[in-house]
Amino acid sequence: MTLKTATGSAAALPKTKAGKGLWAWLNKRMPIQEFIAEQLTGYYAPKNFNIWYFFGSLALVVLVLQLVTGIFLTMFYKPGEATAFDSVQFIMREVDWGWLIRYLHSTGASFFFIVVYLHMFRALLYGSYRAPRELLWLIGMAVYLALMAEAFMGYVLPWGNMSFWGAQVIINLFGTIPGIGPELVLWIRGDYGIADATLNRFFSLHVAAMPLVLLLLVMLHLVALRRTGSNNPDGIEIKAKLGADGKPLDGIPFHPYYTVKDFVGIGVMLVVLALVVFFEPTFGGLFLESPNFEPANPVSTPADITPVWYFTPYYAMLRAVPDQRLGALLLLLAVLSFLFLPWLDRSPVKSMRYRGWISRTALAIFVVAFVGLGYLGLQPALPVYVMSARVLAVLYFAFFYLMPIYTRLDPVKPVPERVVYHAH
Amino acid sequence: MRIEVDCPSGRWLLAAALAAVVACAPGRLPAAEQGEGKFGADWDSWQANTSVSDLASVQRGARNYTSYCLGCHSLKYERWSRLGADLRIPPELLEQDLLPPGAKATDYIESAMPPADAETWFGKAPPDLSLMVRARGKDYIYQLLTTFYVDPTRQTGANNLRLPAIAMPDVLSELGGLKAAVYRTESHPGPGGSSISEQVFDHFEQLVPGRMSLAEYDGFVRDTVNFLDYVSEPTQLERRSLGLWVVLFLLVFTWLAWLVKREYWKDIH
Amino acid sequence: MADHAGVAGGDEVDLDRRKFLTRATIATGAVGAVFAAVPFIESWNPSERARALGAPVSFDLSKLDPGQMAIPVWRRQPIYVVRRTPDMVARISGHDGDLKDPESNDSEQPPYAKNNQRSRSAEYLVLIGICTHLGCLPKQHFAAGDLYPSWPGGFHCPCHGSRFDLAGRVFDGSPASVNLRVPPYSYPKELLLLIGADERGVAT
Repeated sequence: MTLKTATGSAAALPKTKAGKGLWAWLNKRMPIQEFIAEQLTGYYAPKNFNIWYFFGSLALVVLVLQLVTGIFLTMFYKPGEATAFDSVQFIMREVDWGWLIRYLHSTGASFFFIVVYLHMFRALLYGSYRAPRELLWLIGMAVYLALMAEAFMGYVLPWGNMSFWGAQVIINLFGTIPGIGPELVLWIRGDYGIADATLNRFFSLHVAAMPLVLLLLVMLHLVALRRTGSNNPDGIEIKAKLGADGKPLDGIPFHPYYTVKDFVGIGVMLVVLALVVFFEPTFGGLFLESPNFEPANPVSTPADITPVWYFTPYYAMLRAVPDQRLGALLLLLAVLSFLFLPWLDRSPVKSMRYRGWISRTALAIFVVAFVGLGYLGLQPALPVYVMSARVLAVLYFAFFYLMPIYTRLDPVKPVPERVVYHAH
Repeated sequence: MRIEVDCPSGRWLLAAALAAVVACAPGRLPAAEQGEGKFGADWDSWQANTSVSDLASVQRGARNYTSYCLGCHSLKYERWSRLGADLRIPPELLEQDLLPPGAKATDYIESAMPPADAETWFGKAPPDLSLMVRARGKDYIYQLLTTFYVDPTRQTGANNLRLPAIAMPDVLSELGGLKAAVYRTESHPGPGGSSISEQVFDHFEQLVPGRMSLAEYDGFVRDTVNFLDYVSEPTQLERRSLGLWVVLFLLVFTWLAWLVKREYWKDIH
Repeated sequence: MADHAGVAGGDEVDLDRRKFLTRATIATGAVGAVFAAVPFIESWNPSERARALGAPVSFDLSKLDPGQMAIPVWRRQPIYVVRRTPDMVARISGHDGDLKDPESNDSEQPPYAKNNQRSRSAEYLVLIGICTHLGCLPKQHFAAGDLYPSWPGGFHCPCHGSRFDLAGRVFDGSPASVNLRVPPYSYPKELLLLIGADERGVAT
């Protein structure tokens, strides 16, 4: 079975539509028609996508939202110890519609992580990280890491008290690196404490460098996806069954079928986004935390210092370890463990649909551990919470590092030849 | 200081709001007013229960604020003109009744007290209150303003349950009167079979009545908290009313997109 | 498409309905996009701070000697306030034939300045000191014959050579096509000039 490359199918395209006029003029000078034909109408995706397959395109929509709102916020925000906090209030109160643009950006940040976490869960559910999509998965993880850096630096910019102390804690993590730690921390901050220099370099990275990196990685993610094609809830390679026309029997053109479908998902997400932005923009202190409405104060730590919700699973693990260096190491390992998944998973099948109770239980336990750690990371560091976090951290790592064992013991079901699809 | 409201139902609203406060009193008014339980025993569950959409209350709160709070606490992110426009106070009345002498309507709401002096007098500068409701929540401020009590050990002569060792004096005692905190002794089993006794706050006792009854004072504090809620996010009413239309529009769009999706997917078998 | 196994046009497919719904959705989406663009476009309007700083400016006329000009700033624009002597007022008339818009029909000014002297009173002239050609600041040349023998006194723009008389009216042969603009202004008190507000209210 040969995989048809994108260029291969393009060569075979009928050029009927490139007739006359502006469209023809453009297409003589730029391969627009070919691009559409290759990437949209000629790109075949499995027809059995379910609700979990919305989140990739939704992540792209949120990325655009963040870019547009971010560009506008940059027009009014003034980095600098003396000006940052005031300029955010200037945006909230004195710029026409500034409040809306700011809430869209702050809510968009949390939505980015909601969507990305669900997108990642989909990969765990249907084995999307498995061969031949290992690189796709690794690039996706790079997007996730870049997103975390982007979000962290963006969180510092409003220069509220939680911004300040969040920056303090996270930057001090680098101090645990043996040998160079203290010098590295000093270098990152550019001063003897979190200061103007720190804020200004974070601003530059947040609005220029990281968005470029993110865009590049997202593009690479899509390019890699074009080579392998999407996985699907059955975990079957649709390219294995081609029709007489050389197209996958279980594939349908991305456009129009998935474009029209994705717009429904976009609509639903925008409704939820609007509900948050217009009716609960702080989301009960989860998306915008109360201590951040007080300006940064280097001599007063907020009573309960917690990171934003999307970092709390890792933060809970960091706190659960009674040793500074080991804690930081565990945090790093917790994030990086996702990278090893393609090689840890030894199950003969990809999708949870055809896996046995062991894999299913393991995934369920992992979700409970991740969400539970996220909850605990928001709580004060009381002994009972720390103990629970230790238990959940063990379960978290067990999911990854026992995977080579339990996926082999797992009683799997036979995988059908063709994808399961019921027309509605 | 006095605000004549241009909205004709202002007076009626005031009466209605007061009536509502009295009528809905159980569980909200300090317990002493209800003649049941001990006054202040449940202070940490007191809620402000205010609504920024109650314009009359926000207006009264603005007047309270300029009369009693602005001496020390600025609202440095809010302009007088913005306050006037949002609270529907006509410019002439704003100028007459609220604006401090020498201030322009377009100025930010600054307190008259120089921060350096404030630091000398109180040990720390009184915080700006523009964002206090967002930072601490309105219940916190409501509880803070209702749980001052006489404490001769403090330099200001006052202490507070919500914020113990508060630097702020009980400036509203003229209105709300003076309260004493009554403690009870509680014993816990300590290490080695010993017993540790602890002084625990039990209830308040009104020492000197203020110019207002407890219910009036309660309304005064609620209005002030409500005003601070407005100041913390002046656009919040606009935000909610616009949100309704945005959500409705998006629902229509989503419904249409779903219809299109259903049509196209009839192709797929 | 119908030959493809996954995609087949069934009997229930109504292409007209499909076309209609697609167009309705695209139209709704386009309306939504236009609405969504509004906040971003309007965020470029002068902020409340800029509007507050753009409030009317008062100027004390008692400091100004006859024949002199002062340049207070209102809304980041230099305002030329000239106290004209009776001789200067006399030099406003007599050259209407050399002007592009002697009656100020095409020029921008409040109704009370749409007259020969282009001001509320003959004594005080109030202009926005920005050349109507391309925005340079015209220089004062109030003395008669200052630029050339028949020069009646007025302003000359150093950038592109536009010439204006002592009422800010533009001369023929200048690159500028309309007279210098007059801001709204009023005299709330004797010898107190308020720039940016008049009996019609504050300038928008």
